[in-house]
Amino acid sequence: MTAVVDRPATVQSGQTRRHAGTPAVRYRILVTALLAVAAVYFLVPVYWLVVSMTKSSSGLFGSFGFWFADPHPIDNLRAVLTYDHGTYLRWFANSVLYALVGGVVATLLAAAAGYGLAKFSFRGREAVFNVVLAGVLIPGTALALPLYLMFAKVGMSNTYWSVLLPSMVSPFGVYLCRIYATAAVPDGLLEAARIDGASELGIFRRIVLRIMSPALVTVFLFQFVAIWNNFFLPLVMLSDSKLYPITLGLTSWFGYTDRQPVLYQYTVGGAFLSVLPLMVLMVVLQRYWRTGLTEGSVKA
Amino acid sequence: MSRSSRSSRAAIGFLAPFGVLFALFFVAPIGYAVYQSLFTVERSGPLGLGGAHTVFAGLSNYSRALADAQFTASLGRVLLFGVVQVPVMIIGATLLALLLESASARGIRFFRTAFFLPYGVPGVVASILWGFLYVPGISPIVSLAHGAGWQVDFLSSGTVLWSIANIATWQFTGYNMLVLIAQLKSVPGDLYEAATIDGANAWQVVWHIKLPMLRPALVLTTVFTIIGTLQLFSEPLVLKPLTGNINGSYTPNLNAYTEAFQNNNYNLAAAEAVLLALVACVLSFGFLKIVGRREKP
Repeated sequence: MTAVVDRPATVQSGQTRRHAGTPAVRYRILVTALLAVAAVYFLVPVYWLVVSMTKSSSGLFGSFGFWFADPHPIDNLRAVLTYDHGTYLRWFANSVLYALVGGVVATLLAAAAGYGLAKFSFRGREAVFNVVLAGVLIPGTALALPLYLMFAKVGMSNTYWSVLLPSMVSPFGVYLCRIYATAAVPDGLLEAARIDGASELGIFRRIVLRIMSPALVTVFLFQFVAIWNNFFLPLVMLSDSKLYPITLGLTSWFGYTDRQPVLYQYTVGGAFLSVLPLMVLMVVLQRYWRTGLTEGSVKA
Repeated sequence: MSRSSRSSRAAIGFLAPFGVLFALFFVAPIGYAVYQSLFTVERSGPLGLGGAHTVFAGLSNYSRALADAQFTASLGRVLLFGVVQVPVMIIGATLLALLLESASARGIRFFRTAFFLPYGVPGVVASILWGFLYVPGISPIVSLAHGAGWQVDFLSSGTVLWSIANIATWQFTGYNMLVLIAQLKSVPGDLYEAATIDGANAWQVVWHIKLPMLRPALVLTTVFTIIGTLQLFSEPLVLKPLTGNINGSYTPNLNAYTEAFQNNNYNLAAAEAVLLALVACVLSFGFLKIVGRREKP
């Protein structure tokens, strides 16, 4: 309030409104109501999923979707996990393998490349960076088809490698890491370590990776989710259902529902299980989604 | 001299592992797709039983793709989809970000988490989920609407495109909102304070300070959304068995997939993949050009 008194010349029409108490309350109610409406929209499908995973196939069709009817959550989940010799667990393990290995390797490669582009000057550096940036803009699905043809040519389609190897490349990660390393890694520290006789690899492993860790968590999360959610690449590459990730497996169940109605129930239960780990990941690691995002968008 | 050679050797060492994989799995596929798109398989003998051999075809796969009414219709469909869905989602994400960052908001953590959760649901699972919410017989939304005397059909020829748009909006609004919030948080708080002290009201702060600050993040999210829109694939593929209004060439990607794996015409599919990448490049670079030009007064 004192500030308002200090600068009477600049205070204009806003002054009267600032003193009234009721509009602020009304404003707060309006904002909260709008946010609540949005929350209903985003949570309704999730709520439906939680209710529906407790139902049998006939319950799915025969009862009101937004309320429980004869709930059997544990039996249903057990049925999902044991159906077809536990194939769901195998798909789950495959998804973890693809997303974890692909995410870790992609993050380390992006960290090294981003650091190299940020802290070493060499001829053609900007050209290299622009090629990587162009890679960010290429639709992943436009690559999947020719990738399949290439892997098929060398006899490597329908293997774990055919999904893993392309997942290890993250141009967006390189972009984020370069911007982060430029801003966060001090040149003086690198110089001091070099004078102390540390090797370049040693400096990277012991100093740079540690300083860059907030950006690395962000890059890893992005890549993990991208691989976990990926559908087109495994669909194109894999024909053996033993290699399927969850996304592909669930879609195959959903596609058979007209012949085997029990698969409705399994698809719903499987969908429920598949979103659990990522939701936990998002809630627990939410603050990391912030770090690095800003650095990424400032220069765009 | 020895310093700089050590330095450039180190740079190569750090860049090489990523560079090799990038060349193999990003650059090479594009080159291979372009190469494949220039050939065609010719079958000889009666009914094509005399054996097949690959011949150079020039640009004929491209002219075939562009002359194919189904393919051009699918391109037009995703463009129409994008013209509506991209602004709706970006504006929605901006609104939610501004509301959450406004002084009047309560329960911020809960709301932010609720809006962001759908990003953790894989596209196909989101499509299966919403598919259940669209299909009469299972969907509680349809049965509620029918109970109220409203005959909704989410899967009719006129509505199914927008039902798909709803799935994409549901999934990615919260993610875009988070990017925008990060940008808002990077603005020093004194700036808002100074403006308020100078008598600016909430709308003026939004219009003259927050929105210009959000600009880079808005450009980034819009470009990624445009690229995502062109790749539309899993939603129509999952919803396809539920309705007769989605065919195998509903989107360019679905069309290329059908061409490759059902008609075994890899060369035509390669041409379509190249065309799709070209359209994505033209649209995203075009968008960046337009906003870049407006930046310089």
